Amino acid sequence: MEKPSNEPLFWTLFSAGGVVAAIFIPIQLFLFGLAFPLGLLHGPSYEQLMSLVRLPLVRIYLFLLCSLPMFHFAHRFRYTLYDGLQVKHLNEVIFVLCYGSAVAATVLAAYLLWTIR
Amino acid sequence: MHPQTPNPNLYTEYHPRWYRRRVSTYWWVGQRQYRKFILRELSSVFVAVFVVITLLQLRALRAGPEAYARFQHRMQGPALMVLCAISLFFVVFHTITWFNLAPRALALRIRGRRLPDFLVAAPNYIIWLVVSAAVTWAVLR
Amino acid sequence: MADTIILEIARYSPEQDIEPRFETFEVPFRKEWVVLDALNYIKDKVDGTLTYRWSCRMGICGSCGMMVNGEPMLSCATFLSSYARNGSRVRVEPLRYFPVVRDLVTELSDFLGKLKRVKPWLIRKEELLLRQGEFRQTPEQLEDYRQFSMCINCTLCYAACPVVGLDPLFVGPAAIALAQRYNKDSRDQGAEERTMVLAHPEGIWGCTFVGECTRVCPKHVDPAGAIQQYKLKSALDWAKSLFLLPGPKKEKISGASADT
Repeated sequence: MEKPSNEPLFWTLFSAGGVVAAIFIPIQLFLFGLAFPLGLLHGPSYEQLMSLVRLPLVRIYLFLLCSLPMFHFAHRFRYTLYDGLQVKHLNEVIFVLCYGSAVAATVLAAYLLWTIR
Repeated sequence: MHPQTPNPNLYTEYHPRWYRRRVSTYWWVGQRQYRKFILRELSSVFVAVFVVITLLQLRALRAGPEAYARFQHRMQGPALMVLCAISLFFVVFHTITWFNLAPRALALRIRGRRLPDFLVAAPNYIIWLVVSAAVTWAVLR
Repeated sequence: MADTIILEIARYSPEQDIEPRFETFEVPFRKEWVVLDALNYIKDKVDGTLTYRWSCRMGICGSCGMMVNGEPMLSCATFLSSYARNGSRVRVEPLRYFPVVRDLVTELSDFLGKLKRVKPWLIRKEELLLRQGEFRQTPEQLEDYRQFSMCINCTLCYAACPVVGLDPLFVGPAAIALAQRYNKDSRDQGAEERTMVLAHPEGIWGCTFVGECTRVCPKHVDPAGAIQQYKLKSALDWAKSLFLLPGPKKEKISGASADT
């Protein structure tokens, strides 16, 4: 069925990103952003982390963690700029900046995770 | 035969001047509900902040132990700590609002009766706790 | 309890005013009075030119929607006693995001046009013959759409929704809920026809799930839920269309006796 717009794709990415962000980001941010730097918990050593990151499943997990939430951000921020600041006339610019950053993050994550030895 | 619907442009030609208030750019400031909504939407910015930090972490990991040590040292700086604390607040805010709103999109029925919202939201919270525990265990062991 | 209460009412007379102004009225305070009673008192005894809509005075016709202290409410369902602390005033304005015709009366033709655009009637691909009997619906099938059928078109949701204010072309909560009322009706076969209006940037995709529409709805229609459900369905349809060829849609069987 022809849809007049590609919104379903963006909304699906937004939702998937939202779910990943909701479930995985709080604990990741708490551990690596606060608990380990503050010394609340004893963080893993470089070697321990690398042994985790080398696992293919962990690479896929990290890739999804860096990619999908960015699409969530892109969609939500796009609409916030439209509605919050009423800058709809900058439509195309906002679209490119938002989704461009999501694509850039995806590509970067893929590159980093593919080439980690 | 039904008469044709009058062309709305013609129909309003002789009406008295309606008052149309322009919606201010700060429409979201004046009302509590709108402020909460915008805060919820802005939580996505902090989701992006987390992704950026994680990408930097991955880059440091990839570059070697000295680079990672530098990254860790920078994470201990006060500015980044404050950023992480604020981000954590907003990311958790995202999680809670997301789980509480998700049931509305899924009109789930069991035996004809609509499931109450909290029954659909509750498994999400449980999954969140279980996953958080699993990730903590995987990283700390 | 004071025996009078102050109402600040927005007045706008197109012949005299460029923009609305507020007038203050002191009204007797009765415990059982609602804002509509106060308005009727003013029109009766104080200023006969005060203009506003009302009809059933019991929350079912949807005529008397107005902003009361910044909240979209039915004036017949809003008790003065909620506002009667010492010195508190009741500010009454016409519903937000609609053009104002006069005083508290809003212009609704745009809204009615949007309602009509979603084709709020049963659409059949094949009509049944009379002798096939009536459509039959189980209580579960009725439950699928009953909530969305409760809408009284009071437009409180439009006054609550910021997207309605920001984008005049946005179809809006009540219209989408109405479309869902028919999409989910087992007798209806018109979901595809409504897609053109709904699955559109000014249809469901304009909605950012603020949720205010559902909060202010006096009939608990939950238009926000209707919209999110349609978004999900739209996304699933799109995903399916990627993998499958668009085939004949499964018709909902509506229980009329098929053995003719």
